[in-house]
Amino acid sequence: MNRFGFLKRSRKNRGALTVLLAMVAVFSLLATSCGNDDDDAPAAPEATAAPEATEEPAAPEPTEAPEPAPDPRGDALGDGSLGVVTVPEGESIQIRSLNAISGPVAFLGLPNQRGVELAIADYGDIQGFSVDLGTPLDDLCSAEGGQAAAQTIVADEQVIGVVGTSCSGAAVAASPLVTQAGMVMISPSNTSPALTSDFEGNAGESYNVGYYRTAHNDLVQGAAMANFVYSELGISAAAAMHDGDPYTQGLAQAFSNAYEEIGGTTTGIVGINKGDTDMVPALTELATGSPGALFFPIFPPEGDHVAAQAPTVSGLEGTQLLAADGMLVDGFLELADSEGMYFSGPDLRFGTNVNQGTGRNADQILDAYQAAYGELPSAAFWGHSYDATTLLLDAIAAASWVEDGDLHIDRAGVRQYLNAVSGYNGVTGSLSCDEFGDCASQKITVIFHQSAANIEASKNNVVYAYP
Amino acid sequence: MQLTTKQRTRVDWFLTFLRIAALALIGAGLLAFIAQAIDANNPFARWANPDALSLTGKQFRDLVVAGLAQGAMYGLIALGYSMVYGVLGFINFAHGEVFMIGAVTGAVTSSKLAEAGAWESNFVLCLLLVVFLSMVVCTVTAVIMERVAYRPLRGKPRLIPLITSIGVSFFLQNFILVLLGPGTKSYAKMPDWLTEKRTFLEIQGTRILVLAVAAVAMVGLWYLVERTKTGKAMRAVAEDAEIASLMGIDVNRIIVKTFAVGGAMAGVAGILWGLLFNSVLHTAGFLPGIKAFSAAVVGGIGNIGGSMAGGLTIGVAESLGPLMILEPLGVSGPSQLRDAVAFAVLIIVLLVRPSGIFGERLPSEERT
Repeated sequence: MNRFGFLKRSRKNRGALTVLLAMVAVFSLLATSCGNDDDDAPAAPEATAAPEATEEPAAPEPTEAPEPAPDPRGDALGDGSLGVVTVPEGESIQIRSLNAISGPVAFLGLPNQRGVELAIADYGDIQGFSVDLGTPLDDLCSAEGGQAAAQTIVADEQVIGVVGTSCSGAAVAASPLVTQAGMVMISPSNTSPALTSDFEGNAGESYNVGYYRTAHNDLVQGAAMANFVYSELGISAAAAMHDGDPYTQGLAQAFSNAYEEIGGTTTGIVGINKGDTDMVPALTELATGSPGALFFPIFPPEGDHVAAQAPTVSGLEGTQLLAADGMLVDGFLELADSEGMYFSGPDLRFGTNVNQGTGRNADQILDAYQAAYGELPSAAFWGHSYDATTLLLDAIAAASWVEDGDLHIDRAGVRQYLNAVSGYNGVTGSLSCDEFGDCASQKITVIFHQSAANIEASKNNVVYAYP
Repeated sequence: MQLTTKQRTRVDWFLTFLRIAALALIGAGLLAFIAQAIDANNPFARWANPDALSLTGKQFRDLVVAGLAQGAMYGLIALGYSMVYGVLGFINFAHGEVFMIGAVTGAVTSSKLAEAGAWESNFVLCLLLVVFLSMVVCTVTAVIMERVAYRPLRGKPRLIPLITSIGVSFFLQNFILVLLGPGTKSYAKMPDWLTEKRTFLEIQGTRILVLAVAAVAMVGLWYLVERTKTGKAMRAVAEDAEIASLMGIDVNRIIVKTFAVGGAMAGVAGILWGLLFNSVLHTAGFLPGIKAFSAAVVGGIGNIGGSMAGGLTIGVAESLGPLMILEPLGVSGPSQLRDAVAFAVLIIVLLVRPSGIFGERLPSEERT
């Protein structure tokens, strides 16, 4: 009766009821979202605590052994301080791939993920246990994507390490979560100095112990471009442009710092937004300083607009345009606007380098890539990803032992191995990890783009190598 | 009685304060900019930003021209918002996507023409053909949109077609994504005689062409609305649809025609975008659409001349504002704030003149 009465009355007041319902809906939404926020905060500490709470100490109690057996650990690395993961007989060692595999930056992340898959296939089993990549995760090339994916990863306590992320912005959010859970993270394509160090002993603001990378540090790329512009091109005043992304901002700044250090003058660093099309105001701002060179380490399509509009701006008519590997994509090189530009990027002249973990060289990996995915890699870091994966697998092999048919992996041992990596032969060159996780060979090359009609020739037209 | 002797409330005082503060901030920035232009080293030029840069005359002119070209494009899109609002009284948020479809059509047809070799040998004819095709495709899109999504909702509260238009917008965007993929669609290369700077004031040829095409489109539209029977009927429907139908005007037909004309204008704007920026993405319609809507409101929504004026205002403001007002005030990264400047223009115009520059205040009961 009451219910009917309520409904009856409400018919007259339908408007008020609708408003009320809407408000309830809004408040419940707010409540849920707030609730989620609340959940987010303790998630990290929980994850950190979890491995310590659940993992048993490494040394097993020899209750049943009638005579003291030799230490089952053998010479496996690690002191157990971060916990030990036990992989039961018949199950797989868990590692994860975390790369930008959807959205506009998928061209960068997909080859990374495929590099991981190929490396696992080539490497084979570790002490008779297979390696499982699980479901490939997506960092969305953003801090939000990195955080969400990292939370998924740390929720599974069996995971030893992560190969990723593709983007520095995602790593800033993912690296603390993953490393605090005792796992390691090896990125094939993060280049922001903030994630490791400035090479002068100062940790970057986003450095976490347990983070490593096989990609170069942007300080090196900035210095390479600065030296090239100042010494090789003989230009003493230059400007830089970024799109607000931590990667482009860091690289533009690194270029500027290195350039001023060797005697050049930075006439301005200007930011634009992703999605901008009219670059005339930003370019005019730079033109007021009359730079002889403009370095814009951004991405298409904004970079296309910069290259097309720069020559039309008064004061930039004769300015030499330079970009980084982000613009080194076929769609841009095919445009006439890109002719005469220089591009910096990691040294991709892999030659006959052989990865010591699998015995494969670059050509063999590319053949396997083509066979498996029907195309060649769309970005430069597939080899770095391959090396990152074999490093991780070698580290797991060095920190694990079999006991009663189960595989035990000491998390601290994995880090111990990676910290000590020196002169490791990868397809990308000789890898040595410094104390802040920079493992790459740190070789940068600059190429010259002669003609839009022959882009393959330009890609191999190395005019400068650094250091 | 109550309205004429309205008491000033606290809100009114607050609004007055906001108006004065906004105008003072703009004034201070402009004065500092002018001071820089007179002498880069005088103390007033440097009071807020010691590293302030001054523009040369050529750079200033380039900025104005770039802003006008961009603004003319916003104005053409804004016409579609404004006309539909005038006739139906709701905001068609999917109009930005119609513009994007125009730009995409231009990219596809121009690259096909270039493949066939006609683009370079016979550029003017090809451009006319591309503009025509783009207008046709956009007109058809707008008419279908009206028929499928809006006509069934005729007579419903205005919020309902508004929400529907947001849905249509998402649909069109993703339709193009599925149809043509996520990559950038490039226009064929423009001939050199067009892209190089003309001797006349050294303005780039494409920008002159953009302004000329926009002017022709505007004159055509003005003639249609003010001098033809259809235009008269449109104005009558905008005035009062019910009475117009009593006078023997087929209201549905006029509404379809309004959508068609708005779509055609968006098609022209799409090609102008292609001429200016040479490439287009499936997401390209969103921001220009929102800015064009702002332009329509700035000019006074429902007013055709006002739309163009609003478009030019926003275009020039976002081109000049960062360097003329924000930079002298010492705001860091001014070029990243151009979108903010565009919307700040909207807010300031609405603060000072709530009905827009050319808008007339409508009695409230007429629009409910």
